[in-house]
Amino acid sequence: MIDREQVQKVAHLARLKLTPDEEEQFTTQLNDILDYFEQLSELDVTDVQPTTRAIDVSNVVRPDHHQPYGQREALLENAPDRDGEFFKVPKIVTGD
Amino acid sequence: MASIRELHQQLLRKERSAVEIAQASLEQIQALEPTLHSFLHVTRDRALEQASRVDAKLAAKEAIPLLAGIPIGIKDNLCTQGVPTTCASHILQSFVPPYESTVTQKLQDVGAVMMGKTNLDEFAMGGSTETSAFAKTANPWDVSRVPGGSSGGSAAAVASGECVVSLGSDTGGSIRQPASFCGIVGMKPTYGLVSRYGLVAFASSLDQIGPFGRSVEDAAILLGAIAGYDPKDSTSLKVEIPDYTQFFTPDLKGKKVGIITETFGEGLDADVEKAVRAAIDQIKALGAEIQEISCPRFRYGIAAYYIIAPSEASANLARYDGVRYGTRVENAEDLMDMYTRTRAEGFGAEVKRRIMIGTYALSAGYYDAYYLKAQKVRTLIKQDFEKAFESVDVLVSPTAPTTAFQSGDKSADPLSMYLIDLMTIPVNLAGLPGMSVPCGFDSQGLPIGLQIIGNVLREDQVFQVAHAYEQATEWHKQAPQL
Repeated sequence: MIDREQVQKVAHLARLKLTPDEEEQFTTQLNDILDYFEQLSELDVTDVQPTTRAIDVSNVVRPDHHQPYGQREALLENAPDRDGEFFKVPKIVTGD
Repeated sequence: MASIRELHQQLLRKERSAVEIAQASLEQIQALEPTLHSFLHVTRDRALEQASRVDAKLAAKEAIPLLAGIPIGIKDNLCTQGVPTTCASHILQSFVPPYESTVTQKLQDVGAVMMGKTNLDEFAMGGSTETSAFAKTANPWDVSRVPGGSSGGSAAAVASGECVVSLGSDTGGSIRQPASFCGIVGMKPTYGLVSRYGLVAFASSLDQIGPFGRSVEDAAILLGAIAGYDPKDSTSLKVEIPDYTQFFTPDLKGKKVGIITETFGEGLDADVEKAVRAAIDQIKALGAEIQEISCPRFRYGIAAYYIIAPSEASANLARYDGVRYGTRVENAEDLMDMYTRTRAEGFGAEVKRRIMIGTYALSAGYYDAYYLKAQKVRTLIKQDFEKAFESVDVLVSPTAPTTAFQSGDKSADPLSMYLIDLMTIPVNLAGLPGMSVPCGFDSQGLPIGLQIIGNVLREDQVFQVAHAYEQATEWHKQAPQL
């Protein structure tokens, strides 16, 4: 079971500002979904190895060479706010 | 509606120019878009320019690849340099990629003509294309119904002849289910066969790009053009890519086909069951040996998937923070306020819901109970498939338990929307190739799809069975009346 307080905590971890309506809706919906997940407890997974990816490829390496990136200005142009060649953000340090 | 090969012949015989083919496609788009909304962005000028380059090559008597001059739709979660790529989300409304995805680059290199970017469920999360922040795509067979999803725009565009083929992405069924709903062919290849470089990530261990076409052959030609090793995707497989059309045979003598018993249970629409059973009889008549195969853990796929996919999504979507690209809210008090409000306003309800599920499942104290457990169940589902492929070449099932539903029918209840992925999800969890091929219509005239699943990297077997079946039927020759 997940209660409204936990929903608020998860929303903070996910950096989502939820409205009171959303908090209420998500509490109900997340509980329905978590209930559905309960069926997995019917399966015995002792000694079962987890699958992280379906088709395993291992030791994928490449030479760690720096390369100049040709589209620097196009990258910066996508920024919602910039100052010359910097990405600009609102103030980071707050009073508390 | 002409196939890739027919159009190629028309170009070679100078019956039509590539520009004329592109113009015909643009006319169809112009006529149908007010009803269908398959596209979020039509790249008219670029298409005509690409087509004229093909014509120049033909005029210079240069050889052209099969896909040269073929109109194609691209799902709007594939990055296209200089062309907006939105993922049907407000948060990426202003995003113009500074780079090109590997698949679209490969298509450009062979002269395929991109008609535009197609609609999808926001960040490919959904089964109806209704979670798109910008438009609701209609099903060409009945415009009051959904085209399926998440690649609903790509499926509707091909089914209605707005373009010849298109690309989609499939994380839990997002190519196969809309292909089924729209009466066309859609394929999800083996995980790693097609490079994901430039595909906006949803669930990285499941996402795979694949083709839509009005015939198995068109899908096979398109897959051949986009598949192959790419050093820019570390999960990409180092394998040779054959011409998939070389595996086509008129019959299926000696082919071993397994019916997944568990996919014919409760919740399966009677018309769908009838059509799929008839398709299996047809495959048998072509010479295949049919047997029932049990995959007892198959049904746990949805629960495992809706832990794994949202978990990976919650991590992947953390990058949308309003700093380097995308939308940012105005007048933020400080950085935290900017993050939380940008994400609250930028994402729609389904995306937020999945970020919440994923964040919860990965959070301290719950990881073992949810994410780790789901990954172990994933192993069990994979084992069911491994066992099945010891005795058969391909597996078959319905693609979806029903035909296309009415717009708005399932949007109020997220869980009911999740359940329609029952038959397709286990294939992604195991990384296998799977295809939906048209196999009939229900009593209301809505298309039904047969799912054909192959073993790892056995696309050849899937194409062979699908093509032989298709050629023995007339379903793929039907077109919606619009």
